[in-house]
Amino acid sequence: MSKKKIIPIGPYHPLQEEPEFFKLIVEGEKVVELEIEIGYNHRGIEKLAENKHWDQVTFVVERICGICSTSHPFAYVLAVEDLLGMQPPQRASYIRMIIDELQRIHSHLLWLGLAGHFIGYNTIWMWAWKAREPILDLFELISGNRQHYAMMKIGGVRKDIDPQNYQAIRKTIKELYPTLKMFEKVVKDDPVIMKRTKGVGVLTKEYAISFGALGPTARASGVNIDVRKDDPYALYDKIDWSVVVLTDGDIYAKILLRILECLESSSIILKCLESLDRIPKGEIETEVFDIPAGEGIGRVEAPRGECFHYVRSDGTNRPVRHKIRAPSFMNVATNLVTVCGYTISDAAITLAAVDPCYCCTERGAVFSKSGKKILTGEELIKLSIEKTEKLKRLYQKQNKFNFQNKNI
Amino acid sequence: MGLKEKILVKSLWVFHISAGSCNNCDIEILDCLTPRFDIERFGMQLIGSIRHADVLLVTGAMNKKSAPILKDLYEQAPKPCFVVAVGTCPCSQHMFKDSYNTISSLDAIIPVDVYIPGCPPKPEAIIAGIAKLINKLTNDKR
Ligand code: SF4
Repeated sequence: MSKKKIIPIGPYHPLQEEPEFFKLIVEGEKVVELEIEIGYNHRGIEKLAENKHWDQVTFVVERICGICSTSHPFAYVLAVEDLLGMQPPQRASYIRMIIDELQRIHSHLLWLGLAGHFIGYNTIWMWAWKAREPILDLFELISGNRQHYAMMKIGGVRKDIDPQNYQAIRKTIKELYPTLKMFEKVVKDDPVIMKRTKGVGVLTKEYAISFGALGPTARASGVNIDVRKDDPYALYDKIDWSVVVLTDGDIYAKILLRILECLESSSIILKCLESLDRIPKGEIETEVFDIPAGEGIGRVEAPRGECFHYVRSDGTNRPVRHKIRAPSFMNVATNLVTVCGYTISDAAITLAAVDPCYCCTERGAVFSKSGKKILTGEELIKLSIEKTEKLKRLYQKQNKFNFQNKNI
Repeated sequence: MGLKEKILVKSLWVFHISAGSCNNCDIEILDCLTPRFDIERFGMQLIGSIRHADVLLVTGAMNKKSAPILKDLYEQAPKPCFVVAVGTCPCSQHMFKDSYNTISSLDAIIPVDVYIPGCPPKPEAIIAGIAKLINKLTNDKR
């Protein structure tokens, strides 16, 4: 048995666009352990959000992540609307859905390109990103910016989609369709992609569930989980669509799944446009004046999985607590089982296969001047359990909430 | 303009560092390489090692963890090395100015040659920024 060696990847590695640090512990060619260190992108957004006005927070959370830059504001406005107990106008909901789905296509194509880059197949990168450009043009047409669309607003959307532009959206989506079909065929046919991805980095269904994997990572392993179906927000329940689920759990399944999801998203967009055509042009927002004390949650199916926002208000013009959980936080942990047992050369694509977004996931740790960690993981877990217990007792005393599950 | 710069401007090799960004600027930089914008026609290339770099493209609001590494990387780069701040984040810290984890804008850490504001700047703006850098270098001759 050869001795264990360490291979560092990062924090600034040519393959990664984001800074993160992986420590691969290898035996010969085989990876036996993995350590992930993050924190290079931490900007303290939750705390920043508590110092901003309710309306400004929408823009701050938009800048958590650039790729799924509508999911965070979307989840945030849903959380505030949950707090207020209100519904946005129908038209606004459809516009939100169109933006959300366009973003899903753009994000998946972006990932497809990067995946090609990771297996050294730059042709795929160039093709996928070329196909992505018309979507960005659409965004520019609708919202005025290629990225960071700033469309969400508490109570509705900031801008209407001009009926003249429906045709442009339809045209782009229809033109994209054959390209997506071509990608599907390429992935199914190409011997290189087959060899590099089939049976590599397998995440079994059991592991996917026990790690709490979300989004495409879980769906490629046969777990049927999608917030849009399970707890429909906006008007996803009014539209006929289906969740794509594959069972293999390897990287091949993850690639194929994302392409199939793009096709599904295209059809959702077309259906939303049809509905927009039917309803009269009118209100795109309900005006919100005051935000009373209370709390609310918002869940959105981001391209990477469920994005969760929680806000608490004390009746002032700022949230007192804003908690964000991005999907990558759960998905990145699955790397612990998918990378180990395969070779080093597979590690790059496997690490990328969950479509990790480290700027969403960043957490901070506090160190003293001497370099000692203040509050380690275990201590934090202990604190969190204590706090839950305290809240539980408080709520039980006030008879506000019945804890059916004793293990909470 | 010295001999080194004269040779450099014909094919600037760029290295990209993200020091606490939201990813969008990084994507737009990669976007410059793809067919629509194709920055390689100017002889520019994204390279894998800081030791080959002529230009550093820095994105993101510097935070406490990435800033020391950024400084290290800059010191490792062969000089002359030009620094381009891509996006509002490195130019002026953007809306992260009051955060507990960001420290300063980029120019307080390393010298900056070109600022490209925008959130994110469009690929056209990034290309224009680098073209301005080339202009600045070539017009410098005395
Ligand atoms: S300037 Fe804007 S797009 Fe660029 S990293 Fe900062 S927040 Fe993101």
